[in-house]
Amino acid sequence: MAATREEVLGGLAELINDETGIATDTVELDKSFTDDLDIDSISMMTIVVNAEEKFDVKIPDEEVKNLKTVGDAVDFIVNAQA
Amino acid sequence: MTHPTLSQSTGPAFTRLLSVGAARGENAVPNDDLVGPIDSSDEWIRQRTGIITRTRAGADVQAVDLATDAAREAIERSGIPAEQIDLVIVATISNVQQTPSIAAVVADRVGSNPAAAYDMNAACAGYAYAVAQADALIRAGAAHYALVIGAEKLSDVVDPTDRTISFLLGDGAGAVVVGPSDAPAIAPTVWGSDGSKADAVGMNHTLVEFRDGASGWPTLRQEGQTVFRWAVWDMAKVAKQALDAAGITSDDLAAFLPHQANMRIIDEFAKQLKLPDSVVIGRDIATTGNTSAASIPLAMHRLLEEHPELSGGLALQIGFGAGLVFGAQVVVLP
Repeated sequence: MAATREEVLGGLAELINDETGIATDTVELDKSFTDDLDIDSISMMTIVVNAEEKFDVKIPDEEVKNLKTVGDAVDFIVNAQA
Repeated sequence: MTHPTLSQSTGPAFTRLLSVGAARGENAVPNDDLVGPIDSSDEWIRQRTGIITRTRAGADVQAVDLATDAAREAIERSGIPAEQIDLVIVATISNVQQTPSIAAVVADRVGSNPAAAYDMNAACAGYAYAVAQADALIRAGAAHYALVIGAEKLSDVVDPTDRTISFLLGDGAGAVVVGPSDAPAIAPTVWGSDGSKADAVGMNHTLVEFRDGASGWPTLRQEGQTVFRWAVWDMAKVAKQALDAAGITSDDLAAFLPHQANMRIIDEFAKQLKLPDSVVIGRDIATTGNTSAASIPLAMHRLLEEHPELSGGLALQIGFGAGLVFGAQVVVLP
């Protein structure tokens, strides 16, 4: 069963915390991965691959660059699950 | 039509690495020397690549010179007279003189003339490919002793303003002598390619474009995120296949020698493989940089200098790079 938007945000926050140590409650929808959370391209790809596994979706390489904010990633995952 | 039955060659059942030799560019180039044109910092490079310095050769030293130095050390340590080496394979992508081959020149320089000699291009998987060839050719009886060299002068194909790969790259050569063995010591190679991702890493222009004034000097580029994903998660599957093909598990390994592409790749790769703490991981990249086809034998050389007790233990070596291509095999460390 597909996860809700809130569940995806919570799960993504855990993955980001695992990779970077960033507190889960600071991972909010409007935060930019690079500008606000200071996540570099290699960590971003690690988070993407782990998110694919966690949410059973495919996030193509060419799509990753469009995921500027946490909200972009949540929306993509929710739509990909639909 | 009838004819006499032909002879076909056969060789020994098993092969092994007898020795390893190394040569690095004589200049240690710190991050601070490269950060200006890419508007970066020592900290930025260390954090993203784990590289502190990389070794680069001077203008008067070419890949063939580095290859010769590494080969001489490997031959000396092998105890095999140079004239008994009848096969020389050089894996390289950076021979700026496309022909003659580096291999033929090295064979002559080290005293192995008239060995069969050729260069091959499988980018950062070149050394693993060449070991596969040497192993197969010796077991087929086509050669008795082989000199396998990975040699690169990548500083000739870098762009100081490129932020994707140039600052990772170093110059060096690593060599092994491969010969017959009483017991299996080079396990089956798992190798392959994926040309659908040819654009992910490679030269940005052709020599013809450069000749015609349509581009600058061709240099290396990469799509970092694409390469990272492939190098860790796809290559972890290949590494597991190589362990299966060898009939061992990661618990049996003494060492893990991945292509020295980026420390972040090495760390994540080791994590995906769930290597036991007892497995020593080659991390030569920190002070040598990424030397493409040379990186695995250079890492092996350093590993055995720092941990001589690992000699005789099992190492998983895996190369992966432009093509895309990959090659992995378990070997007994010389």
